[in-house]
Amino acid sequence: MANGRQHHILSVLVENKFGVLSRVSGLFSRRGYNIFSLAVGPTEDDRFSRMTIVVDAESAPLEQVTKQLNKLVPVIKISELAPVDAVERELMLVTVKATAELRSQVTELAAIFEAKILDVGYDALTLLVAGTPDKLDAFTDLLRPYGIAELQRTGRIALPKLTRQPAKLRAVKDRSA
Amino acid sequence: MKLTGAQALIKSLEMEGTEVMFGLPGGAILPVYDPLIDSSIRHILVRHEQGAGHMAEGYAHATGRPGVAMVTSGPAATNIVTPLCDAYMDSIPIVVVTGQVPYSVIGTDAFQECDTVGITMPVTKHNWLITDADEIPRVVREAFHVATTGRPGPVLVDIPKDVANQMMDWHWPDDVDLPGYKPTTKGHPKQIKDAVRLMGEAQRPVIYAGGGILKARAAEALRELAELTGAPVVTTLMARGAFPDRHDQALGMPGMHGNYTAVTSMQQSDLLIALGSRFDDRVTGKVGAFAPDAKIIHVDVDPAELGKVRRPDVPIVGDCRFVIEEMVKGVRADRGKREWPSLGPWWEQLRGWQSQHPLHYEQDDSGPLKPQYCIDMLRDHTPDDTIVVSGVGQHQMWTSQRWQFDYPYTWVNSGGLGTMGFAVPAAIGAKVGKPERMVWAVDGDGCFQMTAQELVTAAAERIPVKIAILNNAYLGMVRQWQELFYEERYSEVYLSPDLPDYVRWAEAMGCVGFRVDDPSDVVPTIEKANEIDDRPVVIDFRTDYREKVYPMVPAGGSNDDIILDPAHDTLGGR
Repeated sequence: MANGRQHHILSVLVENKFGVLSRVSGLFSRRGYNIFSLAVGPTEDDRFSRMTIVVDAESAPLEQVTKQLNKLVPVIKISELAPVDAVERELMLVTVKATAELRSQVTELAAIFEAKILDVGYDALTLLVAGTPDKLDAFTDLLRPYGIAELQRTGRIALPKLTRQPAKLRAVKDRSA
Repeated sequence: MKLTGAQALIKSLEMEGTEVMFGLPGGAILPVYDPLIDSSIRHILVRHEQGAGHMAEGYAHATGRPGVAMVTSGPAATNIVTPLCDAYMDSIPIVVVTGQVPYSVIGTDAFQECDTVGITMPVTKHNWLITDADEIPRVVREAFHVATTGRPGPVLVDIPKDVANQMMDWHWPDDVDLPGYKPTTKGHPKQIKDAVRLMGEAQRPVIYAGGGILKARAAEALRELAELTGAPVVTTLMARGAFPDRHDQALGMPGMHGNYTAVTSMQQSDLLIALGSRFDDRVTGKVGAFAPDAKIIHVDVDPAELGKVRRPDVPIVGDCRFVIEEMVKGVRADRGKREWPSLGPWWEQLRGWQSQHPLHYEQDDSGPLKPQYCIDMLRDHTPDDTIVVSGVGQHQMWTSQRWQFDYPYTWVNSGGLGTMGFAVPAAIGAKVGKPERMVWAVDGDGCFQMTAQELVTAAAERIPVKIAILNNAYLGMVRQWQELFYEERYSEVYLSPDLPDYVRWAEAMGCVGFRVDDPSDVVPTIEKANEIDDRPVVIDFRTDYREKVYPMVPAGGSNDDIILDPAHDTLGGR
């Protein structure tokens, strides 16, 4: 997971056209930049989509990543979110083994983490939890002893924190001029 | 007005000012070749799609206008990937149109289907798959705009066969609307001011001019800046001709095979003024040891180049011509206000290096024929504004070193990608763009064999290019590395001087062929070739295979460790 290592969050506004994801991911692979996670979704304007990309800051200087991304024609705007200046959330679905005698322990943990029980099987539960990546990591660690059958995380999405000052949604686009 | 997609495509190309295109038809592009018959656009039928791409590049190099190529889907599209990548590396504006299987069957592995847009994504500035004939005028307009503005580069438009047959209402967009594409052209005034201040403090400045000067049509501005500052100018492989070699302040080419003075001036400089250059590894050598004492002013239209290799002290994003013109104004004003350091001692040092370590070779009257001699004679017996084209390898380095480039846009070569086989088709493209100029390609025997078939195109279309093959019967540059770095263990580099028979091959392709073994025949044969104006000419110069390109900075080595020709090193104790 990204948390142990230096990472950066890029919030990238792109044109909502086919092939854009391929252009962005292709750029990352051919320039040798590592992606921790990538989430794409619609925005308030249906001409655009927003990609939230968590980049391994050790694999390449962030400046090069953003400059190269900016050269892609469908990329409209890149905002760089420092982890301390952003609210980040991620969604996780996890199926954990829970036989009848252990089930209450698992549901207790789920309650503490405000996880929802989505499905109940004969000896397993599927849980949904949303939160910061740290919280998801912690929940995963605590569930592991029971036996995790399947786990799926969405990758994080992020927006700038609303602080006393104007939002630190820093446009990278014309910075180098 | 109702048009088919194909008619709209040809009309859009005409609207963009296309006068000539290079291509080869096939199944998926058939509909577009039909309205071409009625078009004002001249089409040149190539023998291989790679040739079409390099011709478009040669045309763009020589004219500054975008080159256009059109080929069909599948193998034709993959054949043109090399020229796209070549143009991408060297920032050459070309527009490639590819046919595609009908949109309705895309994804079914149809005959001659390939994911052209996917394959060419990393080697184009941008590409488009047209899904509706109505989009054609807008996409063509955008394609030319993207190819020619900002940092120029190749673009590709993929048109499915059913879209080409679809009817549409003709319309031409007034403007280009690309919200994610807004290249910066004007440099930041504060940065320009900082740059001028650094120039006014430097005692050992060097102007490091790159291909961006030519792309920005900034050669005049560069000359003004150079003369105003008095700084020496090195011109990279991509910038040969951007600053006249006959000029007092010209130091020639730096880099792996640059001359001693150009390389060492950069190493010793206290200020590098990088204009449209990108600190390529072939120029810097080992980056950590490159120009250790130099501050850097770096001007480039592509922000991603600034700080990619070496962090500049003054980064300036902008079009080289605009920025240099502003610098010129700034320098004028600054020189009026304060005394700039004298560059006298610096020039003394530079002149010393020039006289100690000139480029050198010796031609014995009795042979063997030296490749450098052939190039020198070609240089001295052709018009000054001759366009010289080269392939990739020893012959390219010798030509760049020895030719006297006094005019911009007279040197066409493959720099970044190093594409063997570039010369013949690129020369044809250059000649098509500049028919009034003499066009000579200096090629290697290895390179020539890769794309020689395009001489059939040239003969058929009456495009009288001239090819000088420096035939040393080897993949010469590879041989040189094996000799120097692999203990003379020659692995798969021998080609034979006689197989093929270049003269008969040339004649079979409708060209005139000559062979030269003897140094005394070099000039008369060049003069004979210069006379021929109705068909291509090929001269097979049988050159000395032992000749190596010097100076040389070994790959990954520091520029301080430049190797001079051991036979001629005046400091070598011989």
